[in-house]
Amino acid sequence: MQISTRQQNRLFTANRRRIAAVKRQWPLYIFMLAPMAFFIIFKYLPMAGVVVAFKDYNIFKGVIGSEWIGLDVFREIFAQPQFYKALRNTLMLNVISLLTFPVPIILAILLNELRMKWFKRLSQTLLYLPHFISWVIVGGMAIRLLATNTGSVNEFITGLGGTPIPFLEDSLHWIATYVGIGVWRHAGWGMILYLAALTGINKELYEAADVDGASRMRKIWHITLPGIKPTIVVLFIIQIGHMADIGFEQPYALQNGYVMDVAQVISTYVYTVGIQSAQFALATAVGLFQSVVGVILLLSAELVSRKVNNQGIF
Amino acid sequence: MLRNPSEKLTNAMIMIIIGSIALLCIVPMIHIFALSFSGNRALMSGEVFLWPVDWNLNSYKEIFSDMAMIRSLMLTVILVTVYTGIALAMTTIAAYALSRRDFKGKNIMFGMIIITMFFNPGIIPNYLLMKELHLLDSLASLILPIAINAFLLIIMKTSFSQIPTELEDSAWMDGCNHFRFLIQIVLPLQVPILVTIALYSAVDRWNMFQDALFYINNIDLYPLQLKLYQLVINSQVNDATAQEGFNSSTPIPQGLQSASIVFATLPIILVYPWVQKYFISGRLVGAVKG
Repeated sequence: MQISTRQQNRLFTANRRRIAAVKRQWPLYIFMLAPMAFFIIFKYLPMAGVVVAFKDYNIFKGVIGSEWIGLDVFREIFAQPQFYKALRNTLMLNVISLLTFPVPIILAILLNELRMKWFKRLSQTLLYLPHFISWVIVGGMAIRLLATNTGSVNEFITGLGGTPIPFLEDSLHWIATYVGIGVWRHAGWGMILYLAALTGINKELYEAADVDGASRMRKIWHITLPGIKPTIVVLFIIQIGHMADIGFEQPYALQNGYVMDVAQVISTYVYTVGIQSAQFALATAVGLFQSVVGVILLLSAELVSRKVNNQGIF
Repeated sequence: MLRNPSEKLTNAMIMIIIGSIALLCIVPMIHIFALSFSGNRALMSGEVFLWPVDWNLNSYKEIFSDMAMIRSLMLTVILVTVYTGIALAMTTIAAYALSRRDFKGKNIMFGMIIITMFFNPGIIPNYLLMKELHLLDSLASLILPIAINAFLLIIMKTSFSQIPTELEDSAWMDGCNHFRFLIQIVLPLQVPILVTIALYSAVDRWNMFQDALFYINNIDLYPLQLKLYQLVINSQVNDATAQEGFNSSTPIPQGLQSASIVFATLPIILVYPWVQKYFISGRLVGAVKG
């Protein structure tokens, strides 16, 4: 194939222009150097590190030097009852927590109905506050307040002549406590998004409803709720997308020896098996299983959101 | 505004409901606060509720005479400061570069960053990386792995993108370069988002527990939350098993436990009223990204 001189020239100037553009923007490449190095080392290398799940990991040989053993590790975890228990507990705690989904919505609507500015602002501030308390401290406070023998709440109950409630020591009570504390810490924070959505509702709708003599409940039902429906749907879908993923700190800070049967979730199981007992391949495989389920759920959530809201989450 | 008695009644009811829920948020904290200032006898008899009985500072004296505790506090302060500085600098330069209109490879880099938000390889590969980089038992292990938070980076990039292109064009005409444009124009205009990112980072590391638990074994390097876990949660679990004869560790007095909870939470609670608007604006900017 022959290229005419003219074309050659044009290609040449185009190339030169491209090089000139790169030259002009060189500071941007320098800016991206450290951040990209960060993402490659601390985000992409661990992604590659999941190969440990398919290897007979040996500390001395390292990730690269260890031998491949295919799916043996997965066969091993799928044969372990503890794995199923952790999986079951993860799903169970997430599903029960999902039942508390309406709490922030109710809080936002109630707060929105308030007329007194100072009271509104003060309550909001108090409602967000627990979100900033670390899980360790929340866990410590839970023991201080709820332990059967020494907890303040139970001292109060026995003081009134009642029998102490094993909030943290009995499986069923523990599940309720876990979910309740989750609401305590997050409801106010979750409420912010709904409050923001509420300010976006057209005020004229309420005025028109007033003229028609609508009651407060009717206005909430026919104007407020439809107004924040898109927000509700998106947040609900996101939460479904996180079903397999329970986080580590909440279950770890709240669990204790009596309730391990219901409190051992995938994240804490991975920690116990992986870091504490140094069964790295096994724990990586469990983590990988959870991550893959998580990605599938998130992508499905994205698809559902595009269908329902004509708009993706991401 | 309120036209009839029935509306006044609903209003009062809503106030009572919201008020009691708000109290529910704060009462446990006040109770712990009261416990931390109370004397031992009052604690034993369980008469302390929302106000200290038999006021004294013994629990706090004990904390401040515990060198390990002071060391944890200092370590945490250093960690939070260094981390916030690094995170802010890294996020700013990346957000700046990614918010400029044209440079080759920008979209690829941005795509690579977005992908990291979807797939999380789990804790063991991260742990093994720290191990192979010989970062276990070092403060670097608590700083480097999350020096940039992709989510906060996107928030900042979105904010930087709102600077009008005309401003950039005229700055270039006047002979400005990227460094000067970033420092003299972008940063002063973007103070609110910078404060937001700094606060998120600082609170994140102050409250950080998981990373410390995974990466730090050396008791001399325990940050505050890990120290607290050992003191308040672990000791209690041992305490419970001790009663069944498994362990004979001496229980840590509840005054001391409460005081250490207060000690580690107070900085957050004190700055909270002033900084909450930044957190809320950050939450709203990033809302759609979950």
